[in-house]
Amino acid sequence: MNTLPITPSAPGSGPVPPLAAGPGTQTATLDIEGMTCASCVNVVERALSRTPGVQRATVNLATEKATVEFEPALTSRAGLRAVVEQAGYTVHEPAAQAQPSPLASDEELAQRKADAYARLKRRFQVAVVLAVVIMPLSMLMLWPALMSHISMPVLNYVLLLLTLPVLLYSGREFYVSAWNSLRHRTASMDTLIAVGTGAAFLYSVAATVAPRFFMARGLMPDVYYDTTATIIALILLGKVLESRAKLKTSAAIKALMGLQAKTARVMRGGQEVDIPIEQVLPGDEVLVRPGEKVATDGVMISGHSALDESMLTGESLPVEKTAGDAVFGATLNKTGAFRFRVTKVGAETMLAQIVKLVEEAQGSRAPIQRLADKVSAVFVPVVIILAIITFVAWFNLAEPGHRLPLALVNFVAVLIIACPCALGLATPTAIMVGTGKGAEKGVLIRNAEALEKAHEVDTVLLDKTGTITRGEPAVTDFVPAAGASDPGLVLQQLAAVERQSEHPLAEAVVQYAGQQGAEILSATGFRAHEGRGAEAMVDGQAVLIGNRRLLTENNIQLTPELEQAAAQLLDQAKTVLYAALNGQAVALFGVADTVRDSSAQAIRRLQSAGIEVVMMTGDNQQTAAKVAGQVGIRRFYAEVLPQDKAGKVKELQAEGRTVAMVGDGINDAPALAQADIGLAIGSGADVAMEAAGITLMRSDLQGVVTAIELSRKTMRTIRQNLFFAFIYNTLGIPVAAGLLYPVTGWLLSPMLAAAAMALSSVSVLTNSLRLRAARV
Amino acid sequence: MDASQILVTLAGSGLIGFVVWFFFFAPHQRVAAATSGGMQQVDIRVKGGYSPDVIEVERGQPVQLHFYRDEDNSCSEELLLPDFNIRRELPPFQTTTIELLPRQAGTYEFSCGMHMLRGRLVVN
Repeated sequence: MNTLPITPSAPGSGPVPPLAAGPGTQTATLDIEGMTCASCVNVVERALSRTPGVQRATVNLATEKATVEFEPALTSRAGLRAVVEQAGYTVHEPAAQAQPSPLASDEELAQRKADAYARLKRRFQVAVVLAVVIMPLSMLMLWPALMSHISMPVLNYVLLLLTLPVLLYSGREFYVSAWNSLRHRTASMDTLIAVGTGAAFLYSVAATVAPRFFMARGLMPDVYYDTTATIIALILLGKVLESRAKLKTSAAIKALMGLQAKTARVMRGGQEVDIPIEQVLPGDEVLVRPGEKVATDGVMISGHSALDESMLTGESLPVEKTAGDAVFGATLNKTGAFRFRVTKVGAETMLAQIVKLVEEAQGSRAPIQRLADKVSAVFVPVVIILAIITFVAWFNLAEPGHRLPLALVNFVAVLIIACPCALGLATPTAIMVGTGKGAEKGVLIRNAEALEKAHEVDTVLLDKTGTITRGEPAVTDFVPAAGASDPGLVLQQLAAVERQSEHPLAEAVVQYAGQQGAEILSATGFRAHEGRGAEAMVDGQAVLIGNRRLLTENNIQLTPELEQAAAQLLDQAKTVLYAALNGQAVALFGVADTVRDSSAQAIRRLQSAGIEVVMMTGDNQQTAAKVAGQVGIRRFYAEVLPQDKAGKVKELQAEGRTVAMVGDGINDAPALAQADIGLAIGSGADVAMEAAGITLMRSDLQGVVTAIELSRKTMRTIRQNLFFAFIYNTLGIPVAAGLLYPVTGWLLSPMLAAAAMALSSVSVLTNSLRLRAARV
Repeated sequence: MDASQILVTLAGSGLIGFVVWFFFFAPHQRVAAATSGGMQQVDIRVKGGYSPDVIEVERGQPVQLHFYRDEDNSCSEELLLPDFNIRRELPPFQTTTIELLPRQAGTYEFSCGMHMLRGRLVVN
């Protein structure tokens, strides 16, 4: 087991998460064993306090815990542990496996799996080689001329010798596992194979050793060594293919884990040093050059760059970032160099949370699987019973001379063709591939149930702000006063003032000016008027920008045409900014939340998939109608108060609809929880939002389309798999039992049964893997 | 029907009865978790099944299930606890600890990846 070196916030460092202490110090909690009295507490406390680097140590006898505040530069958790042990006590470290970091790559486990796979392949190869020899030898009786030169008993002994290694080496696992299962009074696929091949082999041994016994009863002492060897070889082939395919079902999550950076360039004592990622601590300053991976989560402190975050969010365009913006581990720095302050490491990072969420989803059970689970719980014993019935029926109904071999062969065929694996693999493999695929596209699915529910959705309810629209104001109209000398210059002057302000509306003006290519002027004497606006001097002119009240207070009158324009903008439910130069009104800005470019397209795609898209918003009827019209939504709720959102979901559900609610996950939590499936959009901050079944990492509606399409495709795959698995077994078992024999004369050779069984589980797996290539 | 047919029919019927009794009326090995340090702990051996296969724990207290996989047969390589969203690989001949917090009383099934080997976690 590969574990992370213990850092205070690494998992496994103790059951109590350490607290962030003062600047530069860390707090660790140690579980101390062996303290019996108050004096022990003093001993431990003193020993810890005297350790260089320890600022404070408190030991609690009742909880048997020491809380130590220390400077990570001078000592470490391991160092503290050594001190406690020197004092004569032990530190209990919880088993490292208890809660491995989702990102801790387990090389030993991977190695063991590789070894197991190599062993399986060798066992398969041995079985194949021997089966290839055994087969033609068993068919010698087809050439009577040749057979006259060979003694039958000798040939049988040769076949027995050749088959033994197939049984004892290649097939050993089946028998061992069947035996272990029987001791627990359970049965698995191995039980079926062991009983089937074991019966064929034992009958053959009897025929080889005591042929006279058979002949005395009018029976040919036939042997079935070829059947035994071929079944084992084919089943092993199935297993080889299965383990290869199984590895691929978890490929998405392995790829996610592999995204983590291995090292980070950190400032330590004024020096740049490359250190392993496990040693990076919150508060560290990390340098990132162009083309490098961001080591862990943090906040940019200097520089600016474009970052490729597609691996986490599915967003293909790089995101511009500058000081103060959050950066995330595993994303790729494209253009500029920057520094950031580490805020989260290890299991706390966004990447680790995504991996954890995907892992949990892959461990959950889809409701559709219930039937398959019920069937597989009784499957093997039922098949054994059917095989016994087959044996008895053939023995009673067939001609006396052939009844024993026919009964035996069909008994074996029934045992071998039955494939509980296909049933067991049908749902989970599709869920694993589906959730992994979702993560690649920035669609995080909480559990299999959410994935299953999403395909039934016929109505999508969208909260307007932040989903259809960007959720941040942007300038939509710039209205300069008629007769203004140079509107471009006016815009430059206004932007110069707003650049000094921190108000979101001011930012919208600055952004607009930037888009218009306005030159940057400097402003002096900036003064903010709380709740009204701001003023400053630009090029020797007094600039005033803010709301109506600001102008009124400064006795500035609007011209009639500006008055009219303002009324129009207000009618459109826009926020209006008023600007004046040297006491004269010069311009207006209309500011509104704007529709995302991708919204209309995503909504069209949902509608063409037969889903009704409904919008709700707190805005008035007019604004709501305008936005709805822009994106092609026909039904909407306006003036919805935040506390009434869940009620609207209920209203739609009362119409018999299966409703997916799309919201921001924080304000919309009750509505998300009320909906049949909640989709939380683009917060990025907390990927594991409780209320939402699905979290969309990318902040646009395209993710909703992806989620629903992915769910539909995954469910289709699961249905195909389950249908195949059920049909395969319900048709295969009767055919193997010889039910068709009276009508068509068909009997299924146990060897063909083995081939069918090996192929059936591989087919189910391959069908699930097709999802990887699905376009969503 | 000759003697051997009667014999085979009787033996077959007997065998079917035995199979039903053997698999469907199997006794369960029931064990209640031992509590140490506020943690309910149970050791479970995985070898062709789970022993014990019925585990009793108390509600609201964290549980550590220590699964020791005493075989390398692929049947038992995965452990599923779907109600707790847990799918874990059990490395052979190693102990894998699974932690969970049962918040609600009830019976929760755990099984191998293909739902052949089963056990129950009973939360009181």
